[in-house]
Amino acid sequence: MNAMNRLLAGAAIGLAVAATGGGVFAETPPDMLVIANRIDDMTTLDPAQSFEFAGGDVLRNTTSNLVGFDPLDLEAGYQPDLAESWEVSEDGKTITFTMREGVKFHSGNPVRAEDAAWSLQRAVKLNKTPAFILTQFGFTPENVEEMIKADGNTVSITTDKKYATSFVLNCLTATIGSIVDKELLMQHETDGDMGNAWLANNDAGSGPYKLVSWKPSESVTLESYADYYGGEPAMKRVIVRHVAESATQRLLLERGDIDAARNLNPEDIQGVQGTDGIAVDDVLRGRIMYLGLNQNNEILAKPEVRQAFKYLVDYAGMQDSFLKGQYTIHQNFLPATYLGAVDENPFTYNIEKAKELLEQAGVTEATFEVGVRDAQERIEIAQSLQNAAAQVGITLNITVGTGKQILTRYRARELDIALEAWGPDYPDPNTNAGTFAYNPDNSLEAQNTGLLAWRIAWDPKDLTQKVEAAVQETDRDVRAQMYRDIQAEFREVSPFVMMFQQIEQLARDADLQGLSLGGAITGAAYWKVTK
Amino acid sequence: MALSEPETSENKARADRPRRVRGGLWKAASVLGSIVATMLGLLFVTFIIGRVMPVDPVISVIGERATAEQYQAAYQAMGLDKPLIVQFGVYLWDVLHFDFGMSLLNARPVAEDIARVFPATLELATVGIFIGIVLGVPLGVLAAVKRGSWIDQIARVLALVGYSMPIFWLGLVGLLVFYGILGWVGGPGRVGIFYVDVVPTVTGLILVDSLLDGNIAVFKDAFSHIILPASLLGYYSLAYISRMTRSFMLEQLSAEYITTARVKGMSEWNVIWGHAFRNIRVQLITVIALSYAGLLEGSVLTEIIFSWPGIGSYITTALLAADMNAVLGGTVVVGLVFILLNIFADLLYKFLDPRAE
Repeated sequence: MNAMNRLLAGAAIGLAVAATGGGVFAETPPDMLVIANRIDDMTTLDPAQSFEFAGGDVLRNTTSNLVGFDPLDLEAGYQPDLAESWEVSEDGKTITFTMREGVKFHSGNPVRAEDAAWSLQRAVKLNKTPAFILTQFGFTPENVEEMIKADGNTVSITTDKKYATSFVLNCLTATIGSIVDKELLMQHETDGDMGNAWLANNDAGSGPYKLVSWKPSESVTLESYADYYGGEPAMKRVIVRHVAESATQRLLLERGDIDAARNLNPEDIQGVQGTDGIAVDDVLRGRIMYLGLNQNNEILAKPEVRQAFKYLVDYAGMQDSFLKGQYTIHQNFLPATYLGAVDENPFTYNIEKAKELLEQAGVTEATFEVGVRDAQERIEIAQSLQNAAAQVGITLNITVGTGKQILTRYRARELDIALEAWGPDYPDPNTNAGTFAYNPDNSLEAQNTGLLAWRIAWDPKDLTQKVEAAVQETDRDVRAQMYRDIQAEFREVSPFVMMFQQIEQLARDADLQGLSLGGAITGAAYWKVTK
Repeated sequence: MALSEPETSENKARADRPRRVRGGLWKAASVLGSIVATMLGLLFVTFIIGRVMPVDPVISVIGERATAEQYQAAYQAMGLDKPLIVQFGVYLWDVLHFDFGMSLLNARPVAEDIARVFPATLELATVGIFIGIVLGVPLGVLAAVKRGSWIDQIARVLALVGYSMPIFWLGLVGLLVFYGILGWVGGPGRVGIFYVDVVPTVTGLILVDSLLDGNIAVFKDAFSHIILPASLLGYYSLAYISRMTRSFMLEQLSAEYITTARVKGMSEWNVIWGHAFRNIRVQLITVIALSYAGLLEGSVLTEIIFSWPGIGSYITTALLAADMNAVLGGTVVVGLVFILLNIFADLLYKFLDPRAE
């Protein structure tokens, strides 16, 4: 049996020796940016179709728009990008952009006004999910060639009626406003798809980075574009690795194998805070956490009951405990930093007040189903609410499901209460006003499933008209005031309980500078990063 | 009365030949039939589960903000307006043509995705089962031979820990110690960032591809990345294999032929390895095949912790997102692996024990 012992010992030593053979590096190279993120929600890299965060981040770096944001000065709002300048017609319906000269796509083809017009026309004709960002200006597949036209070095965009210029330009900064390479895409067209299938996994942009590879649920690799009109970025290579586990991201960061970790949970953030060489940034994101009370439920439709729920949320308790560093209290539908955003948070956790309101409504006991996605913090919010509701005679049955399961039922108006989150689609106040406070047809047949107000069967009445009016107001200050007023009314009458705004905590190498995650309004930008 | 041919062994063998051929063909046909029936059943059940799940695959594709019109267009384009049985028929026809459809999530052919993720799992599972066999079998034999001794106790504790310890915890602790603190092994992922896409993909197994390319640096890096998750999986296999080996060996060691062999003065080595172990090989193959098949299914938690892009996490992600083409494609592959491993184990039985028919 000595032979056996030798065999076992030999195998163990062999494994240990072999394991030490492939050494690891202590830090990433100075011209390489490595980020750990969850990127398994990426479905396509066609900007006419992409509508998820991870895809938006990639496209923000591989494509350019007519107008865009400076990653280091998001507060400044939209800036010239591929368009050097623009003019607005007297009737306020046409904006004419003058293209920047000498810019080239990654393919080497020049970026022309024709490409810009075609890209926007293409997005309307393809009519994928984010197309509404453009079609809300009256563009249809039939009329878009008339409405968006190239002429020499200019592109003109004519809307169906007069809109606030800021509204139109804000929408053009969205991913769907990316300008793509017409010549290249038409070479890859199949069945009249204008290159949609090919572009799902490829790159046809002119942004500061070129796509090297996208391996779903594994990694995205970008390479700097030497001919980028704004100058070649300092980081020659960017790798975004899909790392699902927070603890794994933390280990990678602490070992110096990545420069930034985007999904650390509060415990891991606490763990790295104070660690030498690691910095943590709090970034306010656009996501809003809310409760939607279904107005098809007779009890929830009572105004006093709606208000009672606003006092049943332990806002501060949750913010300071399990949501610490992840969410901040925000009781309005416009995320902080948006035009017209307000920071009034009048509701506090007040069981007595809730009880009083329920008594006024004649409700002594009731049972509701709350639909919650299977994310830890949401389940905890639901449990907190359940405890509070129990104190006023309300039984909440929590149904936990995957995002798709809950969403399917929410869209079908099947949930009494939906505990949900909403992220804005483009950096203009209308993106949230147009879904929380706007519902022109509340009938079941209308199937306006994209509108949150419709999903909870709520008719916002005069707020719908006020939202429509705000979107046409050309005076920026007046427009901002209109949104403030809408939100004040919304807070008091709506069956939405607005609770929190998301904070993203970015843990990064302390030497890493200039990494913008895009704040509440846009995607991540890598081209200003230095080490 | 007709004169019959005299009955000789040669004549009997000749007369039996057509019967044996028929029997062989019948067996081959029945094996093939059972494979087809199993695969059909597997596909049907998975397909039905996928369709009755309270998840909307259309939303997965078009997102939650699509209009009703866009929803309808996608619903029809995906063939969901057709009766369930027709949908299944269409799918089956495509599968027969090796077309698993497009992934609803990433707009790529599912076959392409599987060709990317399955080798990752295959590589991890193979190294894992190798560790499990190399350590588990001798440990089991040793525990049986030294029954009740401290070696047996250690083997028992090792197996017990292996059975009872949550794999995600062990994985995280392993990462923390061997990668985070000691720095002995590579971190999560199949290779370090310096070696991503360095060697051309031939087999999809990075260890093999790097050797084919003659790139030892990539091989070493890939090895340093695989060794920890593979050891973890190997440990779980080891726990099972060693306990089963011990149990099989104890049964053999108490048999009379072993006593006879010892009485005849045969060496202990020969008694254990030449006689007792020889007789447990068939049972052991079943245990190992089952362990290996389990690993090839993809160990989801291990894959998540080690950011290992394998088939387990692929199917899980697809299932949660209602990407049924991907789920079905993955299920077919996993099902096929099970069936092929069973056939392979059957063949090995016959090779090791000619009595097995």
